[in-house]
Amino acid sequence: MTSDMTSGVARPPTAPPQPPGSPTGSEPPARRDRFGGVAAFLRNTWRGLTSMRTALVLLFLLALAAMPGALIPQRSLNEFLVDDFYADYPTAAPIIESLGGFEVFASPWFAAIYLLLMISLVGCVLPRSVEYWHSMRAAPVATPRNLTRLPHHAEADSAESPDAVLERTRRLLRGWRRVERSEPGGVTAVSAERGYLRETGNLVFHLSLIGLLLGFAGGKLYGYEGDVIVRADGAEFCNSSILGYDTFRAGLRVDGTDLNEFCVRVDRFDGTWLPNGQPSTFGAQIGYQTGEDLADGVTDWRPGEITVNYPLRTDGDRAYLTGYGYAPEFTVTWPDGQSRTGGIQWRPVDQSGSQLSEGATKFEQPGITDAELRRTTQLAVTGTFAPTGAVDAEGNLASVHPDLRAPTADVNIMRGDLGIDDGRGQSIFTVDQQKIDDGELVTVAEERLGVGDSVTLDDGTVVRFDGVTPWVNLQVGHDPGQIWVLVFSIVMVAGLALSLSVKRRRLWVRIRPVDGGSRIQLGGLARTDRAGYGEEFDRLGSELLDPMDKKDG
Amino acid sequence: MLVDPITSMWSDRLFQATLVVLLLAMIFTSLEYAATRVARAPRRRAAVGAGDGGADAEISDTPDGAEGAPGDGSRTGRTRADRYGRIGISLMILAVVLHAGSIVLRGLATYRWPLGNMYEFTSALCLMAVGAWLVLVRKHPPLRPAGVFVLTPILLLMFITGTVLYAEAAPVVPALQSYWIIIHVTTITLASGMLLVPGVASLLFLMKRNERPAALAAKLPGAEALDRLAYRVTVLAFPLYTFGIITGAVWAEAAWGRFWGWDPKETVAFVAWVLYAAYLHARATAGWRTSRAAWINSAGFATIVFNLFFINMVVAGLHSYAGV
Repeated sequence: MTSDMTSGVARPPTAPPQPPGSPTGSEPPARRDRFGGVAAFLRNTWRGLTSMRTALVLLFLLALAAMPGALIPQRSLNEFLVDDFYADYPTAAPIIESLGGFEVFASPWFAAIYLLLMISLVGCVLPRSVEYWHSMRAAPVATPRNLTRLPHHAEADSAESPDAVLERTRRLLRGWRRVERSEPGGVTAVSAERGYLRETGNLVFHLSLIGLLLGFAGGKLYGYEGDVIVRADGAEFCNSSILGYDTFRAGLRVDGTDLNEFCVRVDRFDGTWLPNGQPSTFGAQIGYQTGEDLADGVTDWRPGEITVNYPLRTDGDRAYLTGYGYAPEFTVTWPDGQSRTGGIQWRPVDQSGSQLSEGATKFEQPGITDAELRRTTQLAVTGTFAPTGAVDAEGNLASVHPDLRAPTADVNIMRGDLGIDDGRGQSIFTVDQQKIDDGELVTVAEERLGVGDSVTLDDGTVVRFDGVTPWVNLQVGHDPGQIWVLVFSIVMVAGLALSLSVKRRRLWVRIRPVDGGSRIQLGGLARTDRAGYGEEFDRLGSELLDPMDKKDG
Repeated sequence: MLVDPITSMWSDRLFQATLVVLLLAMIFTSLEYAATRVARAPRRRAAVGAGDGGADAEISDTPDGAEGAPGDGSRTGRTRADRYGRIGISLMILAVVLHAGSIVLRGLATYRWPLGNMYEFTSALCLMAVGAWLVLVRKHPPLRPAGVFVLTPILLLMFITGTVLYAEAAPVVPALQSYWIIIHVTTITLASGMLLVPGVASLLFLMKRNERPAALAAKLPGAEALDRLAYRVTVLAFPLYTFGIITGAVWAEAAWGRFWGWDPKETVAFVAWVLYAAYLHARATAGWRTSRAAWINSAGFATIVFNLFFINMVVAGLHSYAGV
């Protein structure tokens, strides 16, 4: 793929694709054995692949193939939308799934298109770079015999001597690469060419595009991204192993053993909202320790702040504030006087941002060792939490504002077997539905609680709603390729601007001595697109021809 | 204070005034178009299009408008088409002034850069498009009679902006509170507004080249001029658009934690970019230089419009913000 700005008038930059099987002519038929056939096939394939027409078709295919990625929900962006799609189109969804439609940008056909395009790009740009190297050293081409056949031409007689005209031509064409050649009959022909930077920009653009794509690929190989929820009450998180994360998306060459270690302590979450609940600012006051601090045994925390648009950047890694929520705190006091406090995070369930949350805070009565007894006494405080509670028309709890103005929890307290001893992992946000269905986990109380309210269960156990702690979702990103992507994209734009603004053009001047002066012939050819060379040619022509030729004026 | 209601109200009024002035400008540019005579017409009567019956007899003596041949018999020394055209241009200049005022007041009313939602973005895009057209007409006056074709989509967009997309002046969400909004959104607006012109010019080129519909095609500027117009504006706007996408990636890296994530908006912007790249390549490929290249350019702009409306309003993504 070359952005071939040359018009191809002088010389086609790439040979047109040969029709398959057409012999190259000079080769004797005897030598076209099996091996030669294969070579010809490979050569023709290569020529076909690197031709501009193929590049064009591949560009269209790329554009076309990317569209489903915007129109069909993508698993990498929003898993829930994919589930909704399955629910809405139960017949079509499995077909789309099998075609890779929910993961367009990881699908083999998308990869096939961009790899072919990449080959086409490399196969076209590298030979052109070599060609460019040679052309930068070559003199402008000889003056055509008949200048009047060029798209731009002019002619006039002058009273000046040929030498004087030549001197003026030289002055006029300062900045052009030019060569003077003598022709029979005392004629001097000047060939001049200008705008070499166009091809420079063109090649810079394409080469940095390759660099950009390599940087992108490198990031996908060696980068990773992890999410973790941290309570904003001085809780700490360290980027030391995958285990610390709630979710972790590793690059293909990342096994999680070699993370850049650094630690973040979240001291406070600050949010401000407009009266209508629209977020205004989010920020987390943090302390952090860099990898160097940890290696040196420094125990002090550096103060810092993470806000939207301003992540923490340390050691080439970034930590972002990508979400927030609330962790309602409950204290369970058993009849024997023992108590436990739990404050695990609940998750926001309302897409509108009201921070209505759901969750399950789980408790075990301390001091019980008998396994059977444990399985009947475990408690879970489940339900709905609203930072600013209100009751909707159906009597359900709703949240009317995301800030903690009137924290309210509609709790559903369950007792029985939570299934924590079964050895299966379970969500921190929910209780095991199977246990409820089996009747091993039953609701023992339902109550609407404000902060400080409590509910007493049938066995005398008291559950109290103590208060709320905000939590933040931190996303840690590591991408060694992104700096290269940035550098190459800046160079790429510069190359693009250069190649699209510079015009490559040729000018020829032939000065023929005639009686009483000289005859000047001019010819011009734009080697670039029809972007207009006429105006410049006319200006040059009038400057060269008019001063001494008053016949026109 | 979050929003200054008085300033915001004046911003809205200026927007409405812009809409009215643009409508007038469109009326005058269409009158200009109707009054324009075909340059090379060998037979006078045949040259007059179907639609301008009443004016027919009156203007049949005037020479061809755009060429500006001297010495006609009219009192003003200018052809009717020329007069209409000049009024149209003056109205467009007035519209640009009012429109710019509306956008500036929006920014003053909300104490932020006034490109925070679709209403503000599309409004600014229309301003850029009208501005780009005025600059072009100044540089290449013979293009002026095509103005009505540029104003029609702009007016349509403006109408949608003022009705469907309208959003009360308000502060923006935290993700948009960044200086990158000034760089990224402004560049994209400017580039998109500029790309409207080649999109329309390419369609006109196709009309002219195929001489269909004949009544409209006959009066258009020459195919070569339209083609060159499309190319010249595209080569200016394309690097700008590229720059806009890159600054968007830089911003996304700071705001969303990754510089490129195939968000629907990013994906369609990528598609449009690939189409414009294909356009530039087509211009250098035998057999693709003319009609096919023009189709690609139009498809590129169609993709940008699709990205603006469909992706923001139907497909939810990170670029969709509250209240469209």
